[in-house]
Amino acid sequence: MRSSAECVIIGGGVVGTAVAYYLAKRGMRDVVVLERDFLASGATGRCGGGIRQQWSTEPNTRLAIESVRIWKTLEDELDADIEFLQGGYLVLAYTDDDVAQFEKNVGLQRGLGLAVETLSPEEILTEVTPHLNTEGVRMATWCAEDASANPFLTTQAYADAARRLGVEIELWTPACRIIVEGGRVAGVETPRGKISSPFVVNAAGGHSVPLARTAGVELPVTPYRREILVSEPLERFLDPMIISFSYGVYFRQTKHGAVIGGFADPDAPEGFDESSSLAFLVSMTKKLRHLMPILAPVKIVRQWAGLYDVTPDAQPILGATDGVEGLFQANGFSGHGFMIAPKVAELLAQAIAGEEPELDIERLNARRFEGGDFTQDRSVV
Amino acid sequence: MKDDVVICRCEDVTYGEIVRAIESGLTTTEELKRVLRCGMGPCQGRTCSRLIARIIAEKTGRDIEEVAYPVVRPPTRPTEIGILAGDDEK
Ligand SMILES: Cc1cc2nc3c(=O)[nH]c(=O)nc-3n(C[C@H](O)[C@H](O)[C@H](O)COP(=O)(O)OP(=O)(O)OC[C@H]3O[C@@H](n4cnc5c(N)ncnc54)[C@H](O)[C@@H]3O)c2cc1C
Ligand code: FES
Repeated sequence: MRSSAECVIIGGGVVGTAVAYYLAKRGMRDVVVLERDFLASGATGRCGGGIRQQWSTEPNTRLAIESVRIWKTLEDELDADIEFLQGGYLVLAYTDDDVAQFEKNVGLQRGLGLAVETLSPEEILTEVTPHLNTEGVRMATWCAEDASANPFLTTQAYADAARRLGVEIELWTPACRIIVEGGRVAGVETPRGKISSPFVVNAAGGHSVPLARTAGVELPVTPYRREILVSEPLERFLDPMIISFSYGVYFRQTKHGAVIGGFADPDAPEGFDESSSLAFLVSMTKKLRHLMPILAPVKIVRQWAGLYDVTPDAQPILGATDGVEGLFQANGFSGHGFMIAPKVAELLAQAIAGEEPELDIERLNARRFEGGDFTQDRSVV
Repeated sequence: MKDDVVICRCEDVTYGEIVRAIESGLTTTEELKRVLRCGMGPCQGRTCSRLIARIIAEKTGRDIEEVAYPVVRPPTRPTEIGILAGDDEK
């Protein structure tokens, strides 16, 4: 392991490996990624792989739109198959609140250039899928350019591409402490020794909070357990991701053929628990059977859980850290860090390399919460 | 063993693919499972986990007892959605 680097990135999820790649691409190649387990062992390897541009706040929508631009050519850029598929996202409205909120969302999304349509229940059946039970569905929004990809393959592809450019990725190596000297980051302590570095990125997902604390920084991020399950592989019958915020569900069919899906239990206690529950298995299968009766005979083969790193406005914390020069945050993804990882990582790499980031990331700095005046994204599952 | 011998029958993963992945640095059953899908099929690794662990042990010079098997995720036996969902109460 190197004893010094130009930049140390803590966390080998999709965000950490992507930041490493975009730094190396800009010529900063003396970069070390520290991962306490193996690549994608955190939220990334546990996530649904959905890539959605339909959000209710401008920063999330913009980050997602700009990321999809990158996603579209990412397989060529990284020279790897990551199972990227633009199968669309169908967002179901069940309540008056949903309908009113979706109208606002569509206005914002179209204003940012997104091709999003509204569909009646009948149109859902003829244009998206004949298998959906539309009972109680008032309308839906539909974006055919929303997508999905395989999270393990994506992380592996970013890591491999970064390595080819000279980045060192140290697996099974936790960062124990971020070393700060005189208000500046000085390096990172690991059980295998110290790496001194003028720049450190905290991309430790749900574990970003205890890690930041070692540098004396409190992040407004809370970890919550989120559960998910997967079925046996089936013949291709469904391209889009189907979600509803009020009914609480998301599911899609992977390229491999399995149906994967979950929902966020609003009563989940905060903390680092990643065990799976029978209650989830029962509720989720009820939801699946209700929404797609043809799935009733399909077997569930596996369920698991991962952590959402949630911020008060459901938007990530990105960029410099007040009080600790050289320490950059890339966390608080609130359940949608996979889809926006490409752009987020590129912007952060630009900031670290001393370039002007293409999009304003100042508004995603943790200090936005200090005044208590922020807008929460409502489009969270 | 020949490269084209199928080690994970559920997911059709061969000895050659597993060895190449180990040589690329994926040296645990958890990592191999995530990248190659071996162990993620309907039998959930019942048939192949031990074989995969043995290949890892052989290629990395570790003792087979040191190579952990992948975490077994519920449900322990694939079960139909209609059965898991039970009766609808509403
Ligand atoms: C069930 C579920 C479903 C989801 N579905 C979607 C979806 O469909 N679409 C979407 O966009 N997002 C989804 N998400 C969210 C998404 O998974 C995350 O936002 C994203 O993966 C975050 O990536 P990351 O690299 O920041 O974090 P992680 O993948 O958690 O990576 C952090 C890494 O840091 C490592 N680490 C932690 N502490 C240390 C330390 N001290 N030293 C070294 N390493 C350390 C961890 O081992 C981990 O590998 C979902 C999340 C869950 C849990
Ligand atoms: S043989 Fe590998 S999962 Fe069944």
